Amino acid sequence: MQKGDNNTNMNRKEKKSGPRLWLELFLTFFKIGLFTFGGGYAMIPLIQRETVVRKKWVSEDDIVEIIAIAESTPGPISVNASTFIGTRTAGFFGALFATLGLVLPSFGIIFGLTFVLDAFGELQPVRYAFIGVRAGVLALVLKAFVSMLKKCPRKAVSYGIALGAFILVAFAKINAVFVLLGSALLGLAHYLIERKILDKKEDE
Amino acid sequence: MIYLELFLTFFKIGLFTFGGGYAMLPLVTEEVLSHGWLSGELLVDFVAIAESTPGPFAINLATFVGTEVGGIFGAICSTIGAVLPSFIIILIVAKVYGAFQKSKAVRGVMSGLKPASVGLIASAVLTIGQSALFATGITVATFQTPALYISLGIFAVTAVMVFKKVHPIIVIVISALLGIAFGYIFAL
Repeated sequence: MQKGDNNTNMNRKEKKSGPRLWLELFLTFFKIGLFTFGGGYAMIPLIQRETVVRKKWVSEDDIVEIIAIAESTPGPISVNASTFIGTRTAGFFGALFATLGLVLPSFGIIFGLTFVLDAFGELQPVRYAFIGVRAGVLALVLKAFVSMLKKCPRKAVSYGIALGAFILVAFAKINAVFVLLGSALLGLAHYLIERKILDKKEDE
Repeated sequence: MIYLELFLTFFKIGLFTFGGGYAMLPLVTEEVLSHGWLSGELLVDFVAIAESTPGPFAINLATFVGTEVGGIFGAICSTIGAVLPSFIIILIVAKVYGAFQKSKAVRGVMSGLKPASVGLIASAVLTIGQSALFATGITVATFQTPALYISLGIFAVTAVMVFKKVHPIIVIVISALLGIAFGYIFAL
């Protein structure tokens, strides 16, 4: 495991190591996976409390950085954060056990629920319940859209990419993978050109 | 080979998930429908279940689709597939994260991906709207039955709750109760 040179003494305190630390990582992230509903952003406060305040695996500054990176790498934010904290704390096996712990509660609960759904899904009251639930989910996703839109940078290019992605996926039925790749390239090109113009202005 | 297909599909979904759970819905819908694994309605029903059970949304979805399609081994393959891209990428980034954070390329790419995920969520709103309100298609008959108006009513009530920051689980429970009540009253 590589430790940054500028890391303070956070990794040097006397601590458990090896399998006992792996087990502790596993149990901590198991708890985080078990007690957070709604995934992603809902998990961040609990991750912070458990790993910074209680276990002191990472520092207050580090966790802010870790979450920023978890947001800007592919995959679920909570999985990214658990892998990151795991590897920082105890290397590869730390990452493995932390991630396994996070995922296992979901896996078990959903696996069980699938059979419940298969057994009772056709019952009249369950069918009625889901008619209502679909409308409720529509409201939840609409809210997610509004909050994401508020976080979107207020620039013409950003709104253009958002609108373009929407039209291509919703109406032209283009695969979302291609739309994401295209948007990434567009964002990169725009960013680099903008920087170049700014640098030139500074030179003058 | 169904297990390999589940693994690869969810690997792809995990690799292209940006901006949280809902942004991946268009990709999941596309993959699941094109493989003929689930119906669109079942997927929306499951979004509600994923929202009311603990754990990351993407993992819940992967486990659910995997179980439906290939039992326990299907669930294992799809869940590992969904987690693996994150795991590998973070192991690498954790070693070079100083450079990662300062990288102009990363910033540029993110400046494109963030708004794109807004567009993807908008597309999810449309898909879910269709199966919540027009599950039987958009015909004249749809507008003459009470089902559409009941759904619109429940949507209006839950939308007010959601924007007043009521907890999602409470929103789901109330929408389910309203569905049961109106379902029996109007014998849908």
